[in-house]
Amino acid sequence: MSAETRFGRMKDLPSTHLLGTGTAMCAGCGGLEALHEIYDVLGARSVFVNAAGCMTLLSVYPFTPFRGSWLYTSMASAPAGAQGVRDALDLLLARGALPPEEDLQVVTLTGDGAAYGMGLSATSSAIERGLDFLYICYDNEGYGNTGQQTSAATPHGARTATAVGGHVGWKKDLFAIWCAHRPAYAATVIGAEPLDLARKIEKAMKLKGPRLILALAPCPTGWGYEPRDTVEVGRLAVKSGVFPLKEYEDGRVTHTKPPHPRAPVKDYLRLQGRFAHLFEPKRDEATIAEIQAAVDRYWEGAG
Amino acid sequence: MTRQLLTGNGAAAWGARLARADYVPAFPITPQTEIIETLAEWIDRGEMAGRLTTLESEHSMITAAAAAAATGVRVFTATSSQGLLYGLEMIYTVAGWRVPFLLVNVSRGLATPITLEPDHTDVLAARDSGFLQVHCATCQEIVDTVLIAYRLAEDPRIRLPAIVNQDGFYLSFTREAVELPAPEAAQRFLPAFDPEAIRFRASRPLSQACAVLGASSYSYFRYETHLASLKALDVYDEIAEAFEQEFGRRWPPVEAYRCDDAEIVFFMIGAFATKAREAVDRLRDAGVAVGLVRPRLVRPWPAGELRRTLLRKRAVVVVDQNLSMGSGGVLHAELAATLYGQPGAPVLLSFVGALGGRDIPPEEFFEMARLAREAAEKGEAPAPRLLYTAQELREMRKLQAVAHAERKELP
Repeated sequence: MSAETRFGRMKDLPSTHLLGTGTAMCAGCGGLEALHEIYDVLGARSVFVNAAGCMTLLSVYPFTPFRGSWLYTSMASAPAGAQGVRDALDLLLARGALPPEEDLQVVTLTGDGAAYGMGLSATSSAIERGLDFLYICYDNEGYGNTGQQTSAATPHGARTATAVGGHVGWKKDLFAIWCAHRPAYAATVIGAEPLDLARKIEKAMKLKGPRLILALAPCPTGWGYEPRDTVEVGRLAVKSGVFPLKEYEDGRVTHTKPPHPRAPVKDYLRLQGRFAHLFEPKRDEATIAEIQAAVDRYWEGAG
Repeated sequence: MTRQLLTGNGAAAWGARLARADYVPAFPITPQTEIIETLAEWIDRGEMAGRLTTLESEHSMITAAAAAAATGVRVFTATSSQGLLYGLEMIYTVAGWRVPFLLVNVSRGLATPITLEPDHTDVLAARDSGFLQVHCATCQEIVDTVLIAYRLAEDPRIRLPAIVNQDGFYLSFTREAVELPAPEAAQRFLPAFDPEAIRFRASRPLSQACAVLGASSYSYFRYETHLASLKALDVYDEIAEAFEQEFGRRWPPVEAYRCDDAEIVFFMIGAFATKAREAVDRLRDAGVAVGLVRPRLVRPWPAGELRRTLLRKRAVVVVDQNLSMGSGGVLHAELAATLYGQPGAPVLLSFVGALGGRDIPPEEFFEMARLAREAAEKGEAPAPRLLYTAQELREMRKLQAVAHAERKELP
């Protein structure tokens, strides 16, 4: 890790926490875990432009856990909301109606349902216009707020409320879609690796333009595991190579925490109820092998 | 003050320019496109300060418009028809944000079948959203109404977005002589937008458009928006008065033409009402006591003014340039609700016409007036009717015959 970071070791992570507690999120929410860590680095000089999803219930009148600002929009158009806020701030700055110290980081906060699907058109256009914003996706791999139905982010083999025999499709590669737009920055993060996460937020904040923070969000209710295991599930997602921690900058993708050696994917799968049908009553070796092969193929390609 | 030949679209663009709109989120659609092209050119040439951002859809465009208004700048945008409906989720959503901005809708009939020409079914889909809605009939009225609607929308007692509506083709592409307000006078009438404390900045964090839990909070905020819209009736009168003092032109919430001694009144909105106006003059020449009522304000609905104008008339002929499938003309139903049970309520006749820009010739107005007189005598309204002639139906049957014949020729 470069010497430019102020996060050399765990001890360097912020000790004061900015995001309030007592929200409506589920116990053990991996998305909220990541958001806590992100917000501590990002700070309160920000406006969160939210798309419909679990986290829409963070700010419920008259309470909010944010020390900064918030604007709920719709499921499909949060990046367009960010565009309107950013453009308006720029106009006010340019004509001297807003002192520079009053400026805000514009942050889009969406789940995978919006980021991978309904909101993708608005997202693609915002990147193409070079919008200066941070885009946080908390990816719990399904429409979690409505009871974990299959989304475009659902991984192969996972049981969802609309795929009781396991999802036959494969997870869409949102990171690659972003990279194809040549954004200023794109990174994957997970709450279980807070140091890696903090460095990426720190770096993203130094850049201007469209910046993606794609956070895998282990979800006790949707994935079927005990809330206390969120960190363990997250660590295994990284160790097994299922969720590569990486960043894109200047046309290059770098893996920030490549697993050596990689744990077998079954160790990750077995912790979660959504994959239980791959192990019981009869072990589905073929599907497990398929998932393992896809992960192996990815890392071979990653060099 | 300068006089220029302007299309309806040109007039709308001039309205935005004279209002000194800061921000124009845009997306092209016929017949509205000329508005954003004109603004883009002015901004590019430096003749107008501000920024135009092209979004990828009307859904995004309306989101960006409201988000910018929530950040404290003056916003102008425009759309038509399918575009308005594509953005309709956000039309309903952002009205509740209570942020003022202006959207010019250039009315065009809705699919299916898809068409380019006008009727009001598009804009009436936004009727229940909380947007204020003002309908124009001339190019002059468009420039003036943009200024009036900004002042109304931005009034701290109201703070709602507004739609200014004009008819596609018949107004959007028709040139009329327009007196352009002088920029200084426009600035006097419409000072810079003051969002007060309701805007995003670092020193004063603010949460806007939050969720609620529970129907009590929900009901409260929904009804607040309704009351704000109703309040706009009183505030509109103040603003129209101020406009008349500055510019000498009067734009009442409801335009009543030759109504004082009228027994029969046509009831229409938009540019096609000018056809009714012409028919009124000809019927008056023939000694028939007719008038025309043209609401400019459709939201809020000027119920009091309509009662004052229409009670004690013998019959009102509502010509709806829209169609609510399975019900009929929207304005007919609204006017019936306004007049029902009131002493001196006239007989109401319902006609649906000018769908997709179909013309209404003078003879049809004469015939409607005749039927109205008949209904008044009997004290009973006839069944609703579509303005559509036997000749048109014959032409339609010919097209169908051609379609059938050609189909048989297919291998």
